[in-house]
Amino acid sequence: MANIISDETIEYVGILAKLELSAEERENAKKDIGEMLDYIDKLNELDTSGVEPMSHAFPVNNVFREDVPSEDDGREKTLANAPERGGDSFVVPKTI
Amino acid sequence: MKQFETVIGLEVHVELATKTKIFCSCSTEFGGEPNSHTCPVCTGMPGSLPVLNKQVVEYAIAVGLATNCTITQNCKFDRKNYFYPDNPQNYQISQLYLPICRDGSVEIETEDGGRKNIGIHEIHMEEDAGKLVHDEWGENSLVDFNRSGVPLIEIVSEPDMRSADEVVAYLEKLRLIIQYLGASDCKLQEGSMRADVNLSVREAGASEFGTRTEMKNLNSFKAIRRAIEGERERQIDLIESGQKIIQETRRWDDAKEYSYAMRSKEDAQDYRYFPEPDLVPIIISDEWLDEIRSRQPELRTEKLERYKREFNIPEYDAGIITSNKKLADIFEETTAICNNPKKVSNWLMVETMRLLKEHEMEPEQITFSPENLAKLIQLTEDRAVNSSVAKEVFEKIFEEDIDPEKYVEEHGLKAVSDDGALRSTIEKVIADNPQSVEDYKGGKKKAIGFLVGQTMKAMQGKADPAMVNKILAELLQ
Amino acid sequence: MSLMNLTAVELGKKIKAGEVSVEEAAKEALAAAAKKEKAVNSFVTIDEEKVLAQAKEVQRGIDAGKYTGPLAGVPAAVKDNMCTEGMLTTCSSKILGNFVPTYTCEAVLNLERAGAVIIGKTNMDEFAMGSTTETSAFGATKNPWNTEHVPGGSSGGSCAAVAAEECSYALGSDTGGSIRQPSSFCGVTGMKPTYGTVSRYGLIAYGSSLDQIGPVAKDVTDCAVILEAIASHDKKDSTSIERKDCDFSTALVDDVWGMKIGIPRDYFGEGLDPEVRDAVMAAAKELEKKGAVIEEFDLSLVEYAIPAYYVIACAEASSNLARFDGVKYGYRTDGFAGLHNMYKKTRSEGFGAEVKRRIMLGSFVLSSGYYDAYYLKALRTKALIKQAFDKAFEKYDVILGPAAPTTAPRIGDSLSDPIKMYLGDIYTISVNLAGLPGISLPCGRDSGGLPIGVQLIGNCFGEKEIIRAAYAFEQTREYEHSPLA
Repeated sequence: MANIISDETIEYVGILAKLELSAEERENAKKDIGEMLDYIDKLNELDTSGVEPMSHAFPVNNVFREDVPSEDDGREKTLANAPERGGDSFVVPKTI
Repeated sequence: MKQFETVIGLEVHVELATKTKIFCSCSTEFGGEPNSHTCPVCTGMPGSLPVLNKQVVEYAIAVGLATNCTITQNCKFDRKNYFYPDNPQNYQISQLYLPICRDGSVEIETEDGGRKNIGIHEIHMEEDAGKLVHDEWGENSLVDFNRSGVPLIEIVSEPDMRSADEVVAYLEKLRLIIQYLGASDCKLQEGSMRADVNLSVREAGASEFGTRTEMKNLNSFKAIRRAIEGERERQIDLIESGQKIIQETRRWDDAKEYSYAMRSKEDAQDYRYFPEPDLVPIIISDEWLDEIRSRQPELRTEKLERYKREFNIPEYDAGIITSNKKLADIFEETTAICNNPKKVSNWLMVETMRLLKEHEMEPEQITFSPENLAKLIQLTEDRAVNSSVAKEVFEKIFEEDIDPEKYVEEHGLKAVSDDGALRSTIEKVIADNPQSVEDYKGGKKKAIGFLVGQTMKAMQGKADPAMVNKILAELLQ
Repeated sequence: MSLMNLTAVELGKKIKAGEVSVEEAAKEALAAAAKKEKAVNSFVTIDEEKVLAQAKEVQRGIDAGKYTGPLAGVPAAVKDNMCTEGMLTTCSSKILGNFVPTYTCEAVLNLERAGAVIIGKTNMDEFAMGSTTETSAFGATKNPWNTEHVPGGSSGGSCAAVAAEECSYALGSDTGGSIRQPSSFCGVTGMKPTYGTVSRYGLIAYGSSLDQIGPVAKDVTDCAVILEAIASHDKKDSTSIERKDCDFSTALVDDVWGMKIGIPRDYFGEGLDPEVRDAVMAAAKELEKKGAVIEEFDLSLVEYAIPAYYVIACAEASSNLARFDGVKYGYRTDGFAGLHNMYKKTRSEGFGAEVKRRIMLGSFVLSSGYYDAYYLKALRTKALIKQAFDKAFEKYDVILGPAAPTTAPRIGDSLSDPIKMYLGDIYTISVNLAGLPGISLPCGRDSGGLPIGVQLIGNCFGEKEIIRAAYAFEQTREYEHSPLA
């Protein structure tokens, strides 16, 4: 395997992705990501110099909305699935 | 002793004055019950998609043009990924790779009266986050998404400022431009204008920049000044004691006058930007740019010239009135009603300024209506109130925006110009004060002042002093 | 004979003629599902009461002349990644196990406007990540042709439900082949439209720049009619395209005289099951017999599509799935210490292994220092792949090839080796990268009796071309009902 994924990398990516892996999952992830990257490295065979990166397959642009407000009170729908609701707000563990 | 130079760049966030959010039709109105101005889009519901508010693009372009920027005619949005509960999708739609405006500048006046250009690196559009409310004792925070998705522009300056004064001058200049454009009300205290300060110090004469820190949570000019002084001292202390400055984000605590590092293992500060696939590119044609350019409102310099020319207002006064969009708006609206620019200017320059200072208010916080000021001016013109009553009434207008006509009526403050009543009161005053009459007739012209005073007293202040003088002089003949 | 043996259009005609009531049709679908679900597990949610209420409502609408289209009253199923107001929408994930949306996916609304009766929500690979429908948190779906085999994925539930005749047709979504590959495995017809043809509003995103909703049905006619109903220019989806040519059913003509059909040699190389190759080549022959001009050519870049796809799809997914954090909806872990621990535990417990694998990969390729090497490289590759197709479509009206290299594998065989599983998407993935339309329809069965699908790929907005070719080919064979039908 050309791409060796370290424990630190898995830890770091876990922080970015907010995933906490078990010992077994970590080992699997190291192996899987390493193998996937080896496979993805195949792209390096391609000469892409001078090629514009393409986000959208065809050119659609300038899709806008006019600045007209809706008068709906979204409260109940917004909170309908809240795991924990406090008054009209979502409750989360203290952030400071 | 070494001399140090402070190097400052600002990231200024400005909430745009649109009616709706940047990517959905929810209202941007301030206040409201928590989560009342929300929908699936601004709360990150699965399957919801953003659609860009055209007005946001137009405001951003307008600000860019007014700050001499180059407009990016093919611009895009990117996603900035980070987890935080006020960020409902756990990514913020912003612009990294192709911001809408680049390479601009604004000119400020320095302390010594000179002029200096502050470079603008870029202006980009993005969405605001929701609000977190923390209860002091509990273990929880509450999330309200009413502000989530409110449009912002972030104006990133070059590291061109060297002192707190320059920073304040730059912010005031930006605020003035943006207010004049109508793109935002730029209220620091309400958070519709927020500044993050990037600051480093270096030995005087050094050519390289030092390591910078970023300070957040600055919501007044005072806090900005104190934070700059505090951070400058902290960095100099570190350097002088041989320590290294760490590039980090710090939170300014204005009460403690100290900044704290916002470091955490969980804040990797690796935002994994990539082009937002749910939005399409914005192509800004030359025609569109011209159209926006032609719609740009009159900015300060033009307005100042026009006031001098059209209203014959002295340069100094015109300068003060146009130094603030709110004052200029009140001036123009009031003048449009009463057609008396001189008087309007006087009320703004003298009484309004005095009261603002007394109440420690910014002109933006003025609540009185041009209609009521115009009515008051008309009352004085008609001599229906004298000047001291007018001042008293104006205070009421300033504080509660009362209708001066009604107020004067209800409180019996109307100047008595009715000849009969006044004449008989004066006759009585003359009869009661023979000594003064004698003094006056004997050549002590000043004695008339006492008689006027007595008359005003008898009239409970409601007489027009000019009229009193006139009748007295006539009766004493 | 059950009403569910009919195609959607056939059943729609009977309902329109008053021979069958909407309620009768719905009841037959519900009865079929009740009987077969144990064996197939196509559905995550079926709400009988709601279905019957909707059936009555639609019948009233038909009687009142409100619904006059060919799909009025016909029972449909919807993949469980499309939001349905008031009905559980899980993406076959524990993290959305209790999520009841307050809004309905635009494509489903369009179906409802056409008078569809939604029978239920179909099983899928968790968040559409997979090619077997084994990664569902609610158990694997089985292939109605042989329940020891997978139905393919990720729209395996939709395809199995159509093949098992638990509904008349279904909606699926296709990010890298998720409609076409399971359609081929289940012996049904499935179509992925040009990107932007069907609104994505309310479709829970996997890879936003690749996702597209499409029909799964018994035949090409149904697919054309369903696509006509769900295609719309939606102002809520900025990537939605305004098309004036959505009258897809006008392309249902048995005439391919002079049509130029290209067969990419690259699609017939190593890894392709000889039985699949033969069946697909035989399909090409049939079209040639009808006057189409068949020619082999080199498409090129085929082997680069999968790595480019996994970079782009995983990167987008890592961001799209960040919103599942236990704050606003869905699963939240029970015990936690502080905010970040809540996030991590919620997500680690709520997502399955394949989803976590892709989120990790996606986060990695976007992380500081790797963006250019991986993400931009993949976007450049995507541009080259699009160019290769553009070049091919200068010469050909339609490209023909297999939908998948093999027939449906046995349950449990794929997940052990992710790269092997990913390779199964080799013929479908580049179509998503280039935003093109593609259709898969049955063209035979292997020696084990499992269905084989032929794929037709069109130029962008070329739906009518592939519908015409598919329809012409379909006329050469009979529809084969699965043993569970």
